[in-house]
Amino acid sequence: MSDAIDRPDTAGSESPATRKPVSIGSEWTFALIEKYDEEIAKCAAELGLDTYPNQVEVISAEQMMDAYSSVGMPVGYNHWSFGKQFLSTSKGYQRGQMGLAYEIVINSNPCIAYLMEENTLPMQALVIAHACYGHNSFFKGNYLFRAWTDASAIIDYLVFARNYVSECEERHGVDTVEQILDSCHALMNYGVDRYKRPAPISAANEILRQEEREEYLQRRVNDLWRTIPKMDEDEDAVLRKKRYPEEPQENLLYFIEKNAPLLETWQREIVRIVRKLAQYFYPQRQTQVMNEGWATFWHYTLLNRMYEKGLVTDGFMLEFLQSHTAVVYQPPFNSPWYSGINPYTLGFSIFIDLRRICEAPTDEDREWFPDIAGTDWVKTLHFAMANFKDESFIQQFLSPKVMRDLKLFAIEDDDMEDSYKVTAIHDEPGYRELREKLARQYNLSYREPNIQVWDVDVRGDRSLTLRHVPVDRVPLGKDTEEVLRHAHRLWGFDVHLESVEEGIVVEDYHCPHAPPPGS
Amino acid sequence: MGMTHIVDRRLNGKNKSAVNRERFLRRYRHHIKKAVSDAVHRRSITDIERGESVSIPTRDIGEPVFHHGQGGHREMVHPGNREFVAGDRLPKPEGGDGQGQGQGQASPDGEGMDEFAFQITQEEFLNFLFDDLELPNLVRKKLKDTETFSYVRSGFSTQGVPAKLDVIRSLRGAHARRLGLGGARKKKIRELEAQLAELRTAPADLDAAFSHEDQIKVLEDEIARLKANVKRIPFIDEIDLRYRQHLKQPKPATSAVMFCLMDVSGSMTQMHKDTAKRFFILLYLFLRKNYKKIDVVFIRHHTSAKEVDEEEFFYSRETGGTIVSSALKLMHKTIESRYSPAEWNIYAAQASDGDNWNDDSPVCGRLLTEHILPLVQYFAYVEITPQDHQMLWYEYERVQERFPERFAQQQIADPSEIYPVFRRLFERKAA
Repeated sequence: MSDAIDRPDTAGSESPATRKPVSIGSEWTFALIEKYDEEIAKCAAELGLDTYPNQVEVISAEQMMDAYSSVGMPVGYNHWSFGKQFLSTSKGYQRGQMGLAYEIVINSNPCIAYLMEENTLPMQALVIAHACYGHNSFFKGNYLFRAWTDASAIIDYLVFARNYVSECEERHGVDTVEQILDSCHALMNYGVDRYKRPAPISAANEILRQEEREEYLQRRVNDLWRTIPKMDEDEDAVLRKKRYPEEPQENLLYFIEKNAPLLETWQREIVRIVRKLAQYFYPQRQTQVMNEGWATFWHYTLLNRMYEKGLVTDGFMLEFLQSHTAVVYQPPFNSPWYSGINPYTLGFSIFIDLRRICEAPTDEDREWFPDIAGTDWVKTLHFAMANFKDESFIQQFLSPKVMRDLKLFAIEDDDMEDSYKVTAIHDEPGYRELREKLARQYNLSYREPNIQVWDVDVRGDRSLTLRHVPVDRVPLGKDTEEVLRHAHRLWGFDVHLESVEEGIVVEDYHCPHAPPPGS
Repeated sequence: MGMTHIVDRRLNGKNKSAVNRERFLRRYRHHIKKAVSDAVHRRSITDIERGESVSIPTRDIGEPVFHHGQGGHREMVHPGNREFVAGDRLPKPEGGDGQGQGQGQASPDGEGMDEFAFQITQEEFLNFLFDDLELPNLVRKKLKDTETFSYVRSGFSTQGVPAKLDVIRSLRGAHARRLGLGGARKKKIRELEAQLAELRTAPADLDAAFSHEDQIKVLEDEIARLKANVKRIPFIDEIDLRYRQHLKQPKPATSAVMFCLMDVSGSMTQMHKDTAKRFFILLYLFLRKNYKKIDVVFIRHHTSAKEVDEEEFFYSRETGGTIVSSALKLMHKTIESRYSPAEWNIYAAQASDGDNWNDDSPVCGRLLTEHILPLVQYFAYVEITPQDHQMLWYEYERVQERFPERFAQQQIADPSEIYPVFRRLFERKAA
């Protein structure tokens, strides 16, 4: 029945004649959802999935739009940008231009997953397998999530943040708070330490230490800006040469929170809230392919397992496979529907192929993956899920077969050339290069400009200088001036941004003023 | 492996985004106000039942972030290769600044959308419309509550408050229930009692196994059991209770006719007319709240008056002088021929820049006091001009002295001044 799709190993499956399906119809009930969840949980346990407890919430389409609009946060502070998101979502949905996401799942403990009441029973089962067992086990197992987020504290923290922001609105006015939030959002992608492991978010601590921190923060800022008694010329010269910060800082929001001269304490706290949210979302931004691939692999595998056990009907499988096929469809580059590589397709293809390499390796696989070929697939897949992010995952596990199946090719676009150049395709000489290029595409610093805090003129006009290091001569986009205005609002004094290539400033932006010449 | 907890959240509030949506509208109120303003221009004054579609240039609502611009050297991996081999060169599109597909920053939606469009509701539409008019909230609310209701009886229900209990219905139901539950048993009791009586009178039997005493005992026991059963049927039960049910129904309201009178002589600019239009809309909204059926009659005039449709009323241009009395005469004629004051509540709103031929103003005063005002509920006059009053105004002042109840006039230099005229209307109604 599933000829259209490459099914993984079906050896040992019982003949469909012995099936005793959980249900026949496509209408769901709470009892049936419970029953399906029970069976899916059994299959997941057999295959070694380790998850947080699940909290499945059945909601209406309108509620799904609400959830959708708050970027998946079950509780969020109020901001116009979420309203904008809501308006465009509801418009798209009402006009039938787009379906709603089948599911939203929250990285929390217990893991919250939303089921839409409009879904049919097979869809509900798919979502349960995908979200409650796929994503859930990824949240619990992947090293980035383990290091960066604390699933048991996030909901409390979001409640804290919401209350804090609304208190600020009462005290300081909606507009004032909105301005600070706008500015923080503009820098949100630069609110993360990429290399240092931060302390996970904890709401209890936040509230407990908030007052303490207010005092401490203000003291620190004051220390930095304290007027230093006049010293003799030599010492002054040394001080002037020394940059502050001594090392470039990549976490702009952190730097602003701790050092901006004029921010009031509540404003620092809001910077901190946005920064903490950026940190919470950071692992998701880096594991999209893996996370979706993993969840898709598991809904596919778990529901096929149900079928093997005779727990679901042929009709159920047909409906499920139809949705599955749509999810993993990859339009080719020249299709009108093409909008880049579909992360579901890429991730799913790699995980499925990894299982194949474990179970039925070819000579090519033995050559490319000597450590993996022929090993236990459950262990190998769990290892791959736990210890990588998109970039390293692709670098490590993208096989020649997947490159051939997806017919990947690399195009070079150089503004100094008159034509595009095909640099590698899915053939023997191209595999390694192609894999490297695709992996790099998922490197965050390749996708977003590398901008760091370079210097603060502590003893002069207090201006802040940011430094952009272009990769492959790619310049900054057209929002740059606008973002700089936001940085200026937070910093309170002049903000400069320089693009520096090999020690030469190739482009500079200033808000509001350029520094006096010769400084 | 954790266990799963399933929660039904469908009955939780669905309007979690309401605040954020409101924030968005608030932030872009200037854009929306303009859209509403344009819509008022476009729409009929009776067309206020729906919201409006608003679009805002995407660049105005963007959320800027640092991102890569065009240029430099990039490489992108794409799927679906068919005939390319390594080393192939492909021409760049004309213009020279083309870049790899899938990397475009300009439009995240993949199409050239430079407008962000969304719907506002009727309520929001009115809110933005009245924003200019500085209506107090209380009045806004009154304008939006379109109907008054009365309660009419509509049968009976099994649930309700004790005050609405219908005793007769409830007891009738109880009676029926008692019959239904006990009737068969009572019949049986009567049969058994008849048998018993028969047994008692019959001669003694010789069959010792079924002696009369035994048979009587059996019958008596059975009768006692049935009687106990019947007794257990409650006299009145909760399921017998019936409550009178009432339904909210729009109050049957009578009809109203609204006369819109406007000077369209050369001195009235489109700005004057737009201000007048808002004034007419307000009056219409007010009437709609109070009356079920509303006719609107548009009469425009310069030196002569004419009944026209709305489009022509607001948007055709005329030149020449002004004789206001022509409009009043036509209005009077129309009332006499079509709108008998016995059946219609008559309202009139007149807008003008105040110009009139001086000889004509006393004629207007006479027409109003002698012929029109005795027939109408209310006549409101707005003079849309920032300049000094003209002859007509002074004439109307005398009218107002005689009919303070049903005549009001106001000078309007700016839309925000429309409201005071209406306050008088509402005050009168509230009293």
